[in-house]
Amino acid sequence: MKETNNKNFTSSGMSLIVKTVTRWTVLFIMLYGWYITLFGHLSPGGGFAGGVIVALSFIHIILAYGKDFVVKKINKILSESLETTGALMFLSISIMGFSVGVFFKDFLGQGKAFSLLSGGMILPANIAIMIKVGFGMLSAFLCLILFSPQDEEK
Amino acid sequence: MTLPLFVVLPLFAAFINTMVGRFLKLFSEVFVNLINFVVLILCIIWIYKINTLNNNIFVYEVGGWKIPYGVALVADPVSVFMLFTVNLVAFLVGIYSVSYIEKYTEKWGFYSLFELMLAGMNGVIISGDIFNIFVFLEIATIASYGLVAFGTQKEELEASFKYMVLGSISTGLILLGIVLIYAYTSTLNLADIASILILSEDKLIIRVIMFIFMIGFVIKAAIVPFHWWLPDAHPSAPAPISAMLSGVLIKTLGVYLIVRLFFNVFPIDEKILKMICYLGTLSMVVGVILALYQWDYKRLLAYHSISQVGYIFLGIGLATPMGILGGIFHLFNHSLFKSLLFLTSGALEYNFGTRNLKEYHNVNRIMPITTFSATIGSFSIAGIPPFNGFWSKLIIIIACLEKRDILLALIAALVSVLTLASFLKVLKYAFYTEQKYNTGPKLLKEVPFFMQFSMLTLAILCFVSGIILYPNIKHIVFDGVIKFITENLYIKFILK
Repeated sequence: MKETNNKNFTSSGMSLIVKTVTRWTVLFIMLYGWYITLFGHLSPGGGFAGGVIVALSFIHIILAYGKDFVVKKINKILSESLETTGALMFLSISIMGFSVGVFFKDFLGQGKAFSLLSGGMILPANIAIMIKVGFGMLSAFLCLILFSPQDEEK
Repeated sequence: MTLPLFVVLPLFAAFINTMVGRFLKLFSEVFVNLINFVVLILCIIWIYKINTLNNNIFVYEVGGWKIPYGVALVADPVSVFMLFTVNLVAFLVGIYSVSYIEKYTEKWGFYSLFELMLAGMNGVIISGDIFNIFVFLEIATIASYGLVAFGTQKEELEASFKYMVLGSISTGLILLGIVLIYAYTSTLNLADIASILILSEDKLIIRVIMFIFMIGFVIKAAIVPFHWWLPDAHPSAPAPISAMLSGVLIKTLGVYLIVRLFFNVFPIDEKILKMICYLGTLSMVVGVILALYQWDYKRLLAYHSISQVGYIFLGIGLATPMGILGGIFHLFNHSLFKSLLFLTSGALEYNFGTRNLKEYHNVNRIMPITTFSATIGSFSIAGIPPFNGFWSKLIIIIACLEKRDILLALIAALVSVLTLASFLKVLKYAFYTEQKYNTGPKLLKEVPFFMQFSMLTLAILCFVSGIILYPNIKHIVFDGVIKFITENLYIKFILK
């Protein structure tokens, strides 16, 4: 087969079939993670579950295309910084409770029941948790693959 | 209003530091120490405030949810006293780290884990909800696993792994206890649990739950049958972290929670308290005997931690006001002199690069301030009269005699003598050595200013803090603590 610049034919990662299927499914997996997060206050799910699914979508790409493909776009420092951002978002949501008097108090109001924008600060808190958990898991996974013993042998 | 800040500020510092600290030089040191200083000032304000408050208790309902449905933060004299102890040591250790941590890479990581551990400990102390206590306990211990392994050498990783295995068993047991207590009482608020348990008839169930909790906390406090993780974990950590772990972490997660749960939440059970008392005595004796023939300075100090925490357990297990005063006072004193001694061991390691007592030379000539602080620390831990260790050990021994337990009093006195013997060895071999003039290729000098500052401050505090027993000061510091532990005021004032 002729060598091309097409990323499907790079030597790293799994076979062409896996790469193609990954290309088709990975956005849906991520979308599902976002759905679980955003509707966490209305249906089963929430920030933690959504975050795990979002992290799995990234891990899926890493497994299919090999680590170099992903590490070029999301390196360890970016992933860790985003994780910290999630934690700081959650902390600032809780601190904003001081604006209505008490730490962690709901400052957004209830909204109309069963609509997306209801449940007060649960929705932003879920998003913050999703970022924290998603990128936390991704950082852990990146640590596992970046510092493997094979690298030292090379 | 300011009560949640004890958790919020360290957490904030930890996360900001992960983000900014790796890009800006000196940011971590300045920012973290500033935050620690602010938290320490808050503690001092709270000591004043808690004495002026009605009933000496303050309950903060997080999110505006009423007790017992929501999470509560509680400040009473016991928790304010513990907060002051923890944050005082953390502030001084933070300053010491500025120079000590120069030799490591990723300083921001060190400070972030340090602040996470501090947030966890502060959270355990002020939380009034048993599951929240578990969560903060996990934050503090997991951060400490990371800190023990911070050097990432073989020995440190092994110690951290050992610590993690034992720590997981202990948190598992504590979680099991929490599950059982939730199944039995259907509530998680400490005061609410207490109000249900006090009316309960099933003494056996409560005793079994208490026993499970006790094993969990005893592992965390490294009392003798479960002490063997500590002599590996504490010496392997960087010296400031050893000071934090031995000085305050084992006391917050072990001793404080035992005091809080077994005196304020569970109905007082003489048999369990007696068990705590005897475990403490055993740990005193075994710890000091194991320490006697150690030549590794930090390992020796770690064994002395086991022994001295035994004193605290003995005092608390006696369950008389005098015994509890002795235990709590010894807790404060031990956090001062043990962190001081670990910091001096760090200073020696900083200059000589070894922990072996036989390899130091000319220390009292090269490092006069370190020698001075280590001498005061050794005298305090051995219980030489004007220093703080003497007063707390004296009170514990008097409390034993008050309970007509002459054997325990004798053992406590004997262990103190053995402690003195072991520290005379340290002073002779490490500090007041014979003068040798072949100091090697490297010209050694006294450690940097920040390290000197922390050690000197702790040494002065060791010298001065005996004055707390002067009646007027004791009234402010200890009377409320003793009253809240012994008289079960906790339930009465929270569930009005």
